[in-house]
Amino acid sequence: MATNGPAIEVKELTKFFGNHHALDGIDLSVEPGKTLAVFGPNGAGKTTLIKILASIMKPSAGEVFINGLNLKDNAELVRARIGIVSHQIFLYSNLTAYENLLFYSRMYDIADYKQRIYQVVSMLGMQSRLYDRIGTLSRGMQQRFSIARCLLHKPSIILLDEPETGLDQYAISMLWDTLKEDGSQKLTTVFTSHHLERGLNTCDYLIILNRGKIAHQEPSKGLDLASLKAVYRNCTGAGGENTK
Amino acid sequence: MIVFAILVIVIFNFAFSGSQQTMVSLTPGMLWVTFAFAGVLSLNRAFIQEKEDNCLEGLMVCPVSRETIYLGKMLGSLFFMLLVEVVVLPVFALLFNVNVISLPLIIITILATLGFVTIGTLFSALAVNTKAREMVLPILFFPIVSPVIISAVSASGRVLGGESWGDIYSWLGIIAAFDIIFLVVAYLVFSVVIDE
Repeated sequence: MATNGPAIEVKELTKFFGNHHALDGIDLSVEPGKTLAVFGPNGAGKTTLIKILASIMKPSAGEVFINGLNLKDNAELVRARIGIVSHQIFLYSNLTAYENLLFYSRMYDIADYKQRIYQVVSMLGMQSRLYDRIGTLSRGMQQRFSIARCLLHKPSIILLDEPETGLDQYAISMLWDTLKEDGSQKLTTVFTSHHLERGLNTCDYLIILNRGKIAHQEPSKGLDLASLKAVYRNCTGAGGENTK
Repeated sequence: MIVFAILVIVIFNFAFSGSQQTMVSLTPGMLWVTFAFAGVLSLNRAFIQEKEDNCLEGLMVCPVSRETIYLGKMLGSLFFMLLVEVVVLPVFALLFNVNVISLPLIIITILATLGFVTIGTLFSALAVNTKAREMVLPILFFPIVSPVIISAVSASGRVLGGESWGDIYSWLGIIAAFDIIFLVVAYLVFSVVIDE
């Protein structure tokens, strides 16, 4: 469903686990077709944010709107428009890649599922391993099939939680190329990363999370890597040892 | 599960001997101990694949409700438990020379199995995130499901004793009532369990 408003809108989003505030009153907005990079040290709340946007986790307070739909009231509709790639692949290790993709095709009620499976697998260059069990594949190959799973239902919004984990340089390039190429529509993307340089080159906007709060946000246009690293250090108090 | 259930029946066959009347009186207990043990094995596996492969979140991002996931898992467990029972009943009849394949007994078995898996699937989802899940599930689950098992044993005993439909209706009513309560509670609570 196309709307004139933002593709993703988050208002006063809060999530706490016991006394710990993983997210503390986050407000953000992502326009359709734009890419938002979320940076931050470990424990900043990046994964929690992605899990709430994907409706895996419920927020303690605040609201999330996806394409104008309140996530709380329209979770199933919203899920049909979202694809997620995490460092966990969400694939059954004792099934083949094809069986996994077939399973998810049925869950997403994809009409022409066989054609779509071959299409996404071809984009990722994994046709030759389609009938291998997921458990027998390398981490990088598993992650590529996870990307195929994410793209199967042609989502308009992609959520990526450190998607480059386990991928080699070629596979990382392929990941971003595939996300650009899939379909005529430009995808709205939110991704978390520790890799400041690649994140900066890929995103339209960026935010830096620290201790559950947005410590900094700005458009990436005109921002150079040295400035970003300086801002990151100021916001997080870290020396950037976990970032590149 | 099927091998385990048949093994239990074979062990019972060696353990108990006596007149035909004695065997008939022991049959309900032996049958439901076998079904309950095999059923717990099945329920222990209900979410284990999702746990081991971190696929539960994969299911949770699919455009289906949490309740649909519950119903799918519950029906899967029901299918496998009924499959075990379909195999076990003829083997039991053969080994013990007791007629356990009759319409009233089949109805009791289906109703009690339904109650067993409806609440068992919920407890399986609850136990899967604990460290000693194989132990936690029966400890949590058996006290809750015991009214269904006790009713099934009593009703089965009356059927095998040759009592009429009228005598087992009250037991069937109890089992059916627990089926409905368990189904409604599990259906409503599952999303809370899985989200936490």
